Amino acid sequence: MAYQRKDLLGIEDLSAEEIQLILDTADSLKEISTRSIKKVPTLRGKTVVTLFYEPSTRTRMSFEIAAKRLSADTVNLTVAASSAVKGETLADTAHNLEAMQPDLLIIRHQASGAPHFLARRLRCGVVNAGDGLHEHPTQALLDLLTVREAKGRLSGLKVAIIGDIAHSRVARSNIRAFTKMGSEVTVAGPATMLPPYLATMGVKMVYSLEEAVRGADVIMMLRLQLERMGQWFFPTLREYSATFGLALRHLALAKEDVIIMHPGPINRGVEISPEVADGPYSVILEQVTNGVAVRMAVLLLHIGGGEKS
Amino acid sequence: MSLLITGGLVVDPSQNLTAARDVLIAEGKIIALEPPGRLLPEGRQIIAAQGLVVTCGLIDMHVHLREPGEEYKETIASGTRAAAQGGFTAVAAMPNTKPVNDNATTTRFILERAKLTASARVYPVAAVTVGSQGQALAEYADLKGAGAVALSDDGRPVMNALLMRRALEYARTFDLPIISHAEDLHLRADGVMHEGVVSVCLGLKGIPAAAEEVMVSREVALAQLTGARLHIAHVSTAGSVEIIRRAKAAGIPVTAETAPHYFSLTDEAVEGYNTNAKVNPPLRTATDVAAIKAGLADGTLDAIASDHAPHSSLEKDLEFAAAAFGLIGLETSLGLSLKLVHDGHLTLSQLIAKMSTNPARILGVEGGTLTPGAPADLTIIDLQREWQVEVNSFASKSRNCPFQGWRLKGQAVYTILGGKVVWQA
Repeated sequence: MAYQRKDLLGIEDLSAEEIQLILDTADSLKEISTRSIKKVPTLRGKTVVTLFYEPSTRTRMSFEIAAKRLSADTVNLTVAASSAVKGETLADTAHNLEAMQPDLLIIRHQASGAPHFLARRLRCGVVNAGDGLHEHPTQALLDLLTVREAKGRLSGLKVAIIGDIAHSRVARSNIRAFTKMGSEVTVAGPATMLPPYLATMGVKMVYSLEEAVRGADVIMMLRLQLERMGQWFFPTLREYSATFGLALRHLALAKEDVIIMHPGPINRGVEISPEVADGPYSVILEQVTNGVAVRMAVLLLHIGGGEKS
Repeated sequence: MSLLITGGLVVDPSQNLTAARDVLIAEGKIIALEPPGRLLPEGRQIIAAQGLVVTCGLIDMHVHLREPGEEYKETIASGTRAAAQGGFTAVAAMPNTKPVNDNATTTRFILERAKLTASARVYPVAAVTVGSQGQALAEYADLKGAGAVALSDDGRPVMNALLMRRALEYARTFDLPIISHAEDLHLRADGVMHEGVVSVCLGLKGIPAAAEEVMVSREVALAQLTGARLHIAHVSTAGSVEIIRRAKAAGIPVTAETAPHYFSLTDEAVEGYNTNAKVNPPLRTATDVAAIKAGLADGTLDAIASDHAPHSSLEKDLEFAAAAFGLIGLETSLGLSLKLVHDGHLTLSQLIAKMSTNPARILGVEGGTLTPGAPADLTIIDLQREWQVEVNSFASKSRNCPFQGWRLKGQAVYTILGGKVVWQA
C-alpha cells in the first residue's frame, strides 16, 4: 500500500495497514543508526521545523536526530510559555513559519487539537508530537515497534497501562494503537484518574494494579505528574507509590516474558521502582532507540516522496 | 396611518387564541382582532398574511449585545438588527459588558443607545453583584429606577450561597427576578466541553453535568428559602430539568429557559475541535437533548432564549482550549425552534408562549400578547419557508455560528415593532 497522508495527527486516523507500513519502514531504517556513518541522503534539501510549545527532551531530540540521519535540515523553535504575551497567535506563528517554505512542521502544544488547527490552515504537512491530553502518535508507534520486536507480534497480547490515564496523551494513543492491532488493553489507576467514559475506547478498566498486571505480556507505566497532588487526584506520593507503583513483586503476576515500558521521563521510586526500571524486563531504553527509527519512518513517508520513484 | 394584517392565522397564547383573524394596528398599538373580512381595508396599509402565522413579537430574554465595551463583536444597533431579522421585537441584554452593567448610569446609557439605534426593544438585565465579582450587592433600587428588568451575574455565577440568599431576598424587595447562570465554578474547573465520551476521546477537559446540577439544586433551595423569583438560564442537562420539574411541583417560584443549541446539537458537534461549538454550558448528550425537549413539552422549561453571544475571530480562531465560550443565535433561534413544532414536540402556541408570552411574564415587561391596547409588536412567520443558514447574510457583526449551512424550515417574514415594519424577508 502507499502512504498518502499530508498530516499525522493521531493514531485515531490511521488504519492497521498504515501502522504496519510505518513500523515496517522503521524496521528497515533502523540499521542506519548502527552504521559508523549514520547518515543517508534520502531527505537532502528538505526542511523540517519543530515547533515546541511544551518542554521536551526525548521527543524533540529524537525527531531532530531522525531528520539529520536522513539528511534533512532541521530548525527548532521552542516557544516559551510567555511568548503568548507578545500577542502572536498560533495561527500567525505557523503562517510565518510556512512562509519560509518548510516541508514538514512538527508540533507539540499544550492545547488538544492544536496540530489539527494548524493542519487545516497550512499547505505543508503537520506531525503531532503531543497535543494536550489528546494524542502522541509517534510515541505509540515506537511503543508498537518495541513490543513487536520483543514479542514478534502485536495481536493477541495483554497490555496493561497503569497510572494517570485521564491526563495522558500517551495512554490515549496507545489504547487506540494496541486495540487497533488486535491486542487487549487494561488500564488501571485511582478512579480520580480513570474517566469512566474510557470504556467506550474498548479498554478494560480496573482500580487495582495487581489485577491489571495479572497475565500481562506488556506493562506500560505512565509518568505521574506530581502537580496533580495539589489538585486532589491523590493524597500523597507515599500512598500513590504504595498502591500504584510497579515493584518487583508485581512481576510474578505477569507472564514470564513480560516487558516493562515507560514513555519517560521516569519518577524513580514513584510509579516505578529502580529495580524494575533497570531490570531485565525493562525495554525503556529500546523505546528510545526505536523512537528515532519510527520518526525516521514518519519523515520518510511524509516528505520522502521525490525519492521513492 | 393604520395597518391591517389580513388573512393570517393568529396565534396568541396570552388569550389562548389560535384562529384566523385580521389584526388592526394604529398609533403603535393593537386596536382590534376580528374574524377575517370584518375590518375594512379602506385607507389602511395592508399586509396580506394568507398562509402565514401572525403572532406576538418574539422576545429573546437572554442575549449579549456587547455594548458598551466590545463594539467590535456587536453593538446595540447590530444586535437588535439581528433580532429583528430573526423575528424578535425585544431582547433582554445581559450585563457582562465593559463596564459591567452594575450601576444606573450604565443602564441608562444602554437605554439611551437603544433609543437612538435599536431595531428592537432592549431590556437591560443588571448585575447581581458589583462588577459581577460576587463580593457585594449592586444597587437594585437604583438599577430598577433606571430601567433594569432583572438581575444576573451571567457567566460569573455567585458562588457564595449566603450572598446569593441575600441577593434573592433583596431583589424580592423590588420584585426583580434573578436569572442564575447555574454553574459550580470549582466543579467546572478548567473544563472546556461536556465531560463524556467525546471529551475523553478528544483529550479536552470536561465540564460534568453535575457542575450545572449542583448549582440548580442550590438555587432551588434558596428560592424556596427566600420566596424570591428565580429564573434558571440556559438549562442544558437532563438532571437540571428533573430538579426544576420537582421544584415546580413543590410550588417553589422558579422558572427556566433553555437555548436552541441544547435541543439541536450534542457534544459531537465539537469533534474536529470546532470552536463555534464551544459554549457554556456545553453541548451535552443525546439523552440530555431528549430531556430538554421533554421539559419544554411538559412546561418545566418556560422559555427558549438564544444566549446570543457574539465573538470575533480574535476569540474564536484559536486552539480549542484558548477560544471563548459562546455562539450567536438571534438569527437561527426561530428556525431551529420551529423544528420542535414540525416534529410534533410542541404546538405552535406552546412555542410562541416560550418565545414571547412567558419571557414577557417572567421579566414583567410589556409584550407577549396581542390583546387590544398592547404595543403593536408582532412577528409574521412563514412556517413552510425553507432556507439555508448563511452566516454572511447575518445582521450580527459576528459569525460564530455552529449551524452554518443547515437547512431550516420556517422563518420570520415580517417583524413589526410598535406598528412599524422593521424587517421584511
